[in-house]
Amino acid sequence: MHSFAYRANALLTFSLTVLALMCAMASVSDNFNSPSPTSQVQVLNINWFQKKPDGDDEVSLTLNVSANLQSLFTWNTKQVFVFLAAEYETPKNALNQVSLWDGIIPSKEYAVFGIHTNSKYRFIDQGSNLRGKDFNLTLHWHVMPKTGKMSADKIVMTGFKLPDVYR
Amino acid sequence: MGWVGDQIDSLRSMNVRQLLTQTISLGMIITSALIIWKVQQCVTGSESPVVVVLSESMEPGFQRGDILFLRMSKDPIRSGEIVVFNIDGREIPIVHRVIKVHERQDTGEVDVLTKGDNNPGDDRLLYARGQLWLHRQHIMGRAVGFLPYVGWVTILMTEKPIIKYVLIGSLGLLMIASKE
Repeated sequence: MHSFAYRANALLTFSLTVLALMCAMASVSDNFNSPSPTSQVQVLNINWFQKKPDGDDEVSLTLNVSANLQSLFTWNTKQVFVFLAAEYETPKNALNQVSLWDGIIPSKEYAVFGIHTNSKYRFIDQGSNLRGKDFNLTLHWHVMPKTGKMSADKIVMTGFKLPDVYR
Repeated sequence: MGWVGDQIDSLRSMNVRQLLTQTISLGMIITSALIIWKVQQCVTGSESPVVVVLSESMEPGFQRGDILFLRMSKDPIRSGEIVVFNIDGREIPIVHRVIKVHERQDTGEVDVLTKGDNNPGDDRLLYARGQLWLHRQHIMGRAVGFLPYVGWVTILMTEKPIIKYVLIGSLGLLMIASKE
């Protein structure tokens, strides 16, 4: 009962339990944070808007994305993954979400930002429905903690519209 | 090595009834572990409630050796979620983020495209030949929680199986030879 093996086993089990408990408590402490993020997006330019040879529409945009996500960071936050998605509806699809840009915010200092960028990923429809289409630009973020539960939320910005003709 | 000698001596001095009792205790431990595993599967709704991150494709968020807790619900799959999916023909599940979603009006089925945060391009190269989208049946679960470093034990045991045998062997010896 007092051999080295038993003592080592007891010590290991106890330390693992304590560690697990501390990780759980760190995660629970994140719930006390009430974030108040803000963001703003402008479509600066429609670079081009074509129908591809396979029949699907594709559009390339230049965007200005600015946001203040500092209130999302707690001591248990490792990084915040942020991305901008265009969301719209078509006759065939109830919901289309296409990610146009994403970035990683490693710490609170970088959480206030404004960037001027082309759409990082191709905005391609399933079909040819984009002419004159109204769409939302939604800024999504995903808080990745140092340990524990991850959380995600978004801000929906409405009122964007694609041109009626190709260019 | 004297410790191993002691254990073998105590093994020899046991009678049949003690040996059977030890075997039953061992069996009970293994069965309870299995029960806990199966209950986990029921509660989280996913085939494997925990996965170990094996590649660097989601850095710096997830490093190799971290473990992810999974949950699968009937909620629709939306962009930004981190999903674990299987590709036909590949045995190792992949953990990446959803970047595109197209959901049908009539059936509610989805076409999903994923990408690792640290990868330059999307996952079409990883999908089976001719496959452009993932569907709900490919997805095993969503990552909801995360613990760093704990998965290294599994990685070590998979890459150096000798450690697995040594660990299980010595555990078995300890259990059978203990007098309680």
